[in-house]
Amino acid sequence: MKSAEATPRTAKGGLGAELRSLLVSNIRDYAMYVALAVIFIVFTIVTDRLFISPRNLVNLVNQTGYVAVLAIGMTLILIIRHIDLSVGFVAGFLGAVAAILLMRGWHVWLVIPVVLLCGIAVGVYQGLLVTRIKVPAFVTTLAGMFIFRGLLSWVTAGTGTIIVRDPTFLQLSNGYIPDLPWGRNFSFHLLTLLLGILLVVVFIWGQLKQRQDLKRYNFPTTSPVVFLGKLVFFSVIILGVTWIMASYRGLPWTAVIVAVVLLIYNFILNKTRLGRHIYAIGGNPEAAELSGIKVKQVTFLVFASMGLMAALAGILYTSRLASATPTAGLGFELDAIASSYIGGVSVGGGVGRVTNTIVGALVIMSLTNGMNLLGVDISFQYVVKGAIFVLAVAFDVITRSRAKV
Amino acid sequence: MSEFILEMRAITKEFPGVKALDNVSFQVRRGEIHCLVGENGAGKSTLMKVLSGVYPFGTFDGSIIINGQPQQFRHVSDSEKQGIAIIYQELALFPELPIYENLFMGHEIMKGRIIDWNETKVRAKQILERVGLDLDPSRKVKDLGVGQRQLVEIAKALSRDVQILILDEPTAALNEDDSRNLLNLLKELKGQGVTCILISHKLKEVVAVADTITVLRDGRVVTSLDARARQVGEQEIIKHMVGREIENIYPKRENVTIGDVLFEIKNWTVKDPSTNGEILHNVNMYVRRGEIVGLAGLMGSGRTELALSIFGNVPGYQITSGELYLNGQRMHFRHPAEAISSGVAYVTEDRKLNGLVLIQDVKFNISLPSLEKLEEGVVVNEHEEIAMAESYRKSLDIRTPSVKAKVGNLSGGNQQKTSLAKWLFAEPSLLIMDEPTRGIDVGAKYEIYTLMNQLVAQGMSILMISSELLEILGMSDRIYIMSEGTITGELDAQEATEEKIMAMATKTTEGSRA
Repeated sequence: MKSAEATPRTAKGGLGAELRSLLVSNIRDYAMYVALAVIFIVFTIVTDRLFISPRNLVNLVNQTGYVAVLAIGMTLILIIRHIDLSVGFVAGFLGAVAAILLMRGWHVWLVIPVVLLCGIAVGVYQGLLVTRIKVPAFVTTLAGMFIFRGLLSWVTAGTGTIIVRDPTFLQLSNGYIPDLPWGRNFSFHLLTLLLGILLVVVFIWGQLKQRQDLKRYNFPTTSPVVFLGKLVFFSVIILGVTWIMASYRGLPWTAVIVAVVLLIYNFILNKTRLGRHIYAIGGNPEAAELSGIKVKQVTFLVFASMGLMAALAGILYTSRLASATPTAGLGFELDAIASSYIGGVSVGGGVGRVTNTIVGALVIMSLTNGMNLLGVDISFQYVVKGAIFVLAVAFDVITRSRAKV
Repeated sequence: MSEFILEMRAITKEFPGVKALDNVSFQVRRGEIHCLVGENGAGKSTLMKVLSGVYPFGTFDGSIIINGQPQQFRHVSDSEKQGIAIIYQELALFPELPIYENLFMGHEIMKGRIIDWNETKVRAKQILERVGLDLDPSRKVKDLGVGQRQLVEIAKALSRDVQILILDEPTAALNEDDSRNLLNLLKELKGQGVTCILISHKLKEVVAVADTITVLRDGRVVTSLDARARQVGEQEIIKHMVGREIENIYPKRENVTIGDVLFEIKNWTVKDPSTNGEILHNVNMYVRRGEIVGLAGLMGSGRTELALSIFGNVPGYQITSGELYLNGQRMHFRHPAEAISSGVAYVTEDRKLNGLVLIQDVKFNISLPSLEKLEEGVVVNEHEEIAMAESYRKSLDIRTPSVKAKVGNLSGGNQQKTSLAKWLFAEPSLLIMDEPTRGIDVGAKYEIYTLMNQLVAQGMSILMISSELLEILGMSDRIYIMSEGTITGELDAQEATEEKIMAMATKTTEGSRA
């Protein structure tokens, strides 16, 4: 969204030419939205509108939650040119740890921080291997994938699937935010609607401010018509989704959790020194080091954050299934990496935005959700996902190499 | 046969938004050394890419005629078949493979269906002798020096029965000795009937070897000078290149006031832990306030290693002995961050490799080492950042559409200015510049020299590493000369000459290791 602003305005040729040049220079971003739109339209038609039903959309949000937080952590890892293959089973294992602790009678508000700390510990362990001993991340985390898969089957060996009954814990991925006391007078969820309207206001305010800044420094801006079109388009989408949620049961807790995580990561990446350092390391690690950036320290932090996100994903997934299973986490890493790449993270590193990663996660999960609705065989689903994944990366590589010429 | 081995007629090549070549006609006589000169972005490399088929037939207008035959190259291999070999700045050798495999890569000597390694080695030895390299062909390329690698590249071209040899800045990375060797080799090859096209920024070399000099400016041929008919001077070429005369490429400094010692290292000895060999031996040097100190030496003499070991020791060398003083205080920089916060900056030798983040914009790069200056709480203030970058864009004349343009899209000179702006914003008291004008055009060089003079006039100290002797002589107040990891001499600007420096730079001392 932001990059659209950086496109030089084509003075002559009018609106058509401007739209065309916007399309050409932002094809990478737009492709993701087009893919999402196509998936929505196709599944809506072939499922006879079941896909677009409020119930299923809420379902989609809850399904996307755990992949979204993993993908946010993964985006940082990929930006600094590393990879983490272990996240799936780390999430699976830590989800099982949460289930076991709950089963042993630990209080839920103790279990969650303890499991999140365990996640950080896992990240610290892998981060130390990568930065201190210089074991390549691919090897470290491939080993991690085996280790945590092993640990997961070990802790669930005696019990098999562990059922979770704690109501608070189950709310995380199945519950909705409470309504305001006077919301009972309405046929819809008042707080959800108000939050949606607030989001639109904040969005428009932010865009206007950004545009004002660009003008202030004489940077090229899009024409008023295109700008207005963009504001209307996104506002309508936000309000549409809000209305669907509000007319059902309200905003799911998962959406709130993902939004908070997203806000924090987006803030760090775009507004803080640490964020600049992360992009610099991804763009050119040698130059970053010689600019005084402590590359090892930042890399270590990014791995620790990945561990934290894996733990959160594990909690969300366990909550969603209301149980921990011996195979939880299988293939999550692929979903997370694919979400990041579909969301525009560059294979070469140094480029990527967590906001776009969320859209990437929606693409992957709406595909999964739609295929599940259609009862597509799981083995075929893997083939489709793998193909989409490699297509997204190929598209990225092609568009980026074109841009260079 | 026609007098011209190669004719390029009315070549026009356009990129989106730019006309890189505009109706360029270019003729090369058989068996001559033809130099192609021009500022960065003048179109030299583009013209050679058109010739070699990197830009296939049909993506440009005009025609290419070799030995009287019109050609349509669709791929680099098509031009290779016509005997054209191009050697780029970035060498295309396989470091882990032996020389003989490199030489015949892609046209291996076969015995039936298998490679005849014995014959390969024998032929490799012969070709190496032809380029004046007395080396065992089974040595790995990674163990060779830069100068030797360049010669291996030429040998590789010769192994293919080359008719037109194109060299793109072959001496940019070479020291004076290796450069001289290479130029002598070109003259020898000329005697053997090989036609040479040489792209170079070093006008002294151009004047020394060229038969014809073609000058490009802004994608057009400005002139073609016949250097056989009369002596062509450097000033004349510069005039054509920039379209104006630059009387002195080293601006004079006025009212030089040199203060106390700012920076000093004593008995600085450094080992490379991977080989356990000494890279620097007992180095002593100091830099005073307001002084430009030149550090001369051949490639591999340890100058960059010295700078890196001072500036936070990123390569992880083992500093076995030595003391570092800044402002009279003993310091120990464990990371560039500590050096930067103490007021030391290092402009790297290779801005693309480890100087700049090319995929990021100008302001990002300038603010990178000093983000804390722009912070309000934990937030980097983007307004201040833009204002800061804009002020450097104006004061250093960084030619970019905006400070939000990607650095990778700027020309070499403007990248170098961005790199300088980045370190100026860090407000160092000691600025270490490693090859500050490598690969940038005459106009931008002059601007950078002027800036250096302004900086020292304001009391900054500069330690300038350079392989260009004229630059060392033209800019320095005092000169250290390094050879094989030791300081072999120290000269005042007045007493220094090219000969004295070269003599010290080639001196081998006891107790030092290569």
